[in-house]
Amino acid sequence: MNILEFSLFVWVGSFTAGFLGSLTGLGGGVVIVPLLTSVFGVDIRYAVGASLVSVIATSAGAASTYIKQGLTNLRLGMFLEVATTLGAIVGALIATFVSVKALTLVLAIVLLYSAYLSQQTRPERPNLDSSDSLVTYLRLNSSYPTPDGLMSYQVHSVPVGFSVMLIAGVLSGLLGIGSGAFKVLAMDQAMRLPFKVSTTTSNFMIGVTAAASAGVYLARGYIDPGLSMPVMLGVLPGAFLGARVLLGAKTQVLRTIFSVVLVVMAFKMVYNSLTGGL
Amino acid sequence: MYPFNFNSQQSSTLPKVSSETNVTKSLCDRQLEQFISNLLKYGVLLASALVLIGGILYLIRHGTEPADYRFFQGTPSELCSLRGVVTAVLSGSSRGIIQLGLLILIATPIARVAFSFLAFLQQRDFAYILVTLCVLAALIYSLIGAYA
Repeated sequence: MNILEFSLFVWVGSFTAGFLGSLTGLGGGVVIVPLLTSVFGVDIRYAVGASLVSVIATSAGAASTYIKQGLTNLRLGMFLEVATTLGAIVGALIATFVSVKALTLVLAIVLLYSAYLSQQTRPERPNLDSSDSLVTYLRLNSSYPTPDGLMSYQVHSVPVGFSVMLIAGVLSGLLGIGSGAFKVLAMDQAMRLPFKVSTTTSNFMIGVTAAASAGVYLARGYIDPGLSMPVMLGVLPGAFLGARVLLGAKTQVLRTIFSVVLVVMAFKMVYNSLTGGL
Repeated sequence: MYPFNFNSQQSSTLPKVSSETNVTKSLCDRQLEQFISNLLKYGVLLASALVLIGGILYLIRHGTEPADYRFFQGTPSELCSLRGVVTAVLSGSSRGIIQLGLLILIATPIARVAFSFLAFLQQRDFAYILVTLCVLAALIYSLIGAYA
């Protein structure tokens, strides 16, 4: 396969990943790495570098729109970034001395977990009054626009959310993914934010989290321009198209398709790494 | 259903509730949001344009060569640092132009944190001066530490 054909196929694959990732709210990164390694036979380190770049691009692009709509909680995002950036630095350092086999295994587990999570319907919890002094001090409570007008919400269990964000950061640095699934877990389940706020705030943080590990990846030669180019140029428009389509799509069907893809890729990666070839 | 539901009928209660719970966004916060939103948008647009231009040149010049990412050799070291990338761009390297686009992309969220820090400094919002400073320090540490 020459570079032209390779770039074209990778572009199509990345576009699809960006589209599906945006529709399901899990992000394209979680699919890009297994796509590049198991379908295109790319070394996982190059794949992780290219994925990381595409994650920064989609995060920044989408965050720009969401912030303008007033959905993103900037203060909460910036506060939790302390946890994710520290985690990401640790993750990126671990990635440089951990074996490819171990990386593959961790990614497979994250894939399976993401598949499980994308099948869950997330019940909107009633937003009870909280009088946490930390929340008040950091002014984390805010409001967001809904069809019925501006709705206020309160933030709960900041320490739990902060700890889960540390883990999300480590995974992000280790695997070059946004680990949106874990971020949403922390903000939906623990901190009890409304969906739209947790999804958009998680997206806002992903860019900085990824940038924290980008330095390490760049210095070690993981970020290859020839591979990152079609990945980034594919994921970005794919994600934007996904966000547009999201309004009218039957997301349950897509979620199921996406989960099946994740599970198949997870098993293929484990099989490949056990049989020796990648 | 929700304890605070500010729709049009209840708007008269808005100032009272918000002063107790700090839920409305101040003018400073709205301005910061606008600024960050634009910063991110133009950062990504600039980066994508450079990657696209470099990508087209790269495919024209090297499109027929075999693609091989099966074995990890590492990106050539001249494309792994800012100085090296700038030198490569000046010598007209298509891979250098793509890499410059990627560097601008990585710099975009970092610039976002830096500008937020300055905004909080101006507002004398000490908690968030500390928060953004922590994030900024971690980002700078990771960039410098990587090359040390």
